[in-house]
Amino acid sequence: MKKLINHPDNVIKEQLEGMQAAHADLIKVNFEPYYITRAGGPVKGKVALISGGGSGHEPMHGGFVGHGMLHAACPGEVFTSPTPDQMHEAAKAANGGAGVLNIVKNYTGDVMNFEMAAELAIAEGIQVQNIVIDDDVAVKDSLYTAGRRGVGATVLIEKICGAASEEGYDLKAVSELCRTLNQNARSMGMALTSCITPANGSPSFEIGDDEMEIGIGIHGEPGIQREKIKSVDEITEMMTVGILEDGAYSRKLKEWDHDKGEWVEVEYVDQPFKKGDNVIAFVNSMGGTPVSELYGVYRKMAQVTDKFGIKIVRNLIGPYITSLEMQGCSITLMKVDDKMVKLWDAPVYTPGLKWGM
Amino acid sequence: MLTKEQVITWLTLCHEVLEENKTWLTQLDTAIGDADHGNNMNRGFKKVYAQLDAIKDKDIGAIFKATAMTLISTVGGASGPLYGTFFLQAGNKLAGKEELTDNDVAIMLRAGLDGVVMRGKAQAGDKTMVDVLIPVTESVEQDINAGTPLAEALAKAVEVAEQGVKDTIPLVAKKGRASYLGERSRGHQDPGATSSRLIIEALFNASR
Ligand SMILES: Nc1ncnc2c1ncn2[C@@H]1O[C@H](COP(=O)(O)OP(=O)(O)O)[C@@H](O)[C@H]1O
Ligand SMILES: [Mg+2]
Repeated sequence: MKKLINHPDNVIKEQLEGMQAAHADLIKVNFEPYYITRAGGPVKGKVALISGGGSGHEPMHGGFVGHGMLHAACPGEVFTSPTPDQMHEAAKAANGGAGVLNIVKNYTGDVMNFEMAAELAIAEGIQVQNIVIDDDVAVKDSLYTAGRRGVGATVLIEKICGAASEEGYDLKAVSELCRTLNQNARSMGMALTSCITPANGSPSFEIGDDEMEIGIGIHGEPGIQREKIKSVDEITEMMTVGILEDGAYSRKLKEWDHDKGEWVEVEYVDQPFKKGDNVIAFVNSMGGTPVSELYGVYRKMAQVTDKFGIKIVRNLIGPYITSLEMQGCSITLMKVDDKMVKLWDAPVYTPGLKWGM
Repeated sequence: MLTKEQVITWLTLCHEVLEENKTWLTQLDTAIGDADHGNNMNRGFKKVYAQLDAIKDKDIGAIFKATAMTLISTVGGASGPLYGTFFLQAGNKLAGKEELTDNDVAIMLRAGLDGVVMRGKAQAGDKTMVDVLIPVTESVEQDINAGTPLAEALAKAVEVAEQGVKDTIPLVAKKGRASYLGERSRGHQDPGATSSRLIIEALFNASR
């Protein structure tokens, strides 16, 4: 293993110390337990947006804390969900009195830990909602699996909901927006190489020089299938068509019912893309793929969406939700209306995403 | 019967076996997960072990609850809330106990299993830790009801657990991360079932 680290046990701590040193104007890192809040403290009267997940996906989530995006982020060990005490402390530190929205990627660990955290905060009288993001079309059904994983859409949703919070949306309205955006988004990922977590020191899967994994998540896990590597045009076409032709997707998600005071399972059905839709297109690097290659992906993706009669109104290209040094990419398309585009364009000022101010 | 010293021994042995088997558990999780199960369990029980001295004089229910809180706040992933809930529910059921009767041990397993199922919603055959915890709990309940001495019931539970682990190999995972692999999860042993087997074996060794 070749890595720029001191000792595997100290990677998270030293990364956070570095972030604090670099971005003291934007964020404040708490070390026991680990969580990151905005430097200015809680924002009074605004819904606090909190997310979290394993480390190794940087800049997500810590790099998205700041004006116009998240209020707090909880980093776990590399690729391991953070724990309820972190999330609970983050909720208390970030709550500006208007409640807390936890944006949770759909992985069993993340979902259960955020549920326990929400229960703790609710018991203390903090208004909380958990919205689960599940946009990965590589996972086909929800009946025989833990359901679609939360991947690229998370970045777009954190940006747009962050802007909504700045605009003064209340907890119910931000939650609804978050849910709708999730239902409007679909993603697909692929890998050319695996990656090495510092704790393990060896690759998470073996893959030949002429092979690729299709339908990967973001934790260095193998994908849905392995194939011989193809050209960027062929790979991009397969992924984009996979997203655009994905049919209706139905599953039950748990949400907190504020009236009943308990978790309820609600069934949601996502509708497929259709001709005339406006979308935000996000081409993401898994960490090891250079931006030059991402533009190769974007080129073909835009041709395919054009053929389907889908209009890309905004885009994001770069490494934003990564898997350490893995080579590969993901594509996310999210249907948006004018209001959502306006929220996308609103100013954002975080370590990982900055525009408009 | 299980004395409080034996309960402490159990938790100590959990720490030892999970440390010994850390790399193996992580390897199993590399095949069908995200290569962290051994690290997660080791991190959690290391902390449990470090805190044993401070909690060893509490009642057994309180010891389990403190163990639960430590696991919940240090393990993370899916196994943190699941094993945390196991010990939390066991602790709730055994509040105030200074020692455990044979029947209490069966009650502990049942409460723990119910907690895991309540939190994770897994059923038998989903290729998870409950594929060990269900047959183990049923076997111990049956044996204790029939008057089998605890150590003997737990010796059998270890065999049942080992069988439960083996039985996960041909299964296609329906819960947790491994479920994303679909058919590709077949032919691999479930890491969480394996750690459950190690924890049951530690219980047997503590009961002798
Ligand atoms: N819903 C569930 N119910 C019961 N056990 C589960 C569930 N989901 C996952 N598991 C268990 O958790 C184990 C994985 O634990 P771990 O690797 O620590 O967490 P993660 O999957 O979040 O990385 C699996 O091998 C399985 O036995
Ligand atoms: Mg794992």
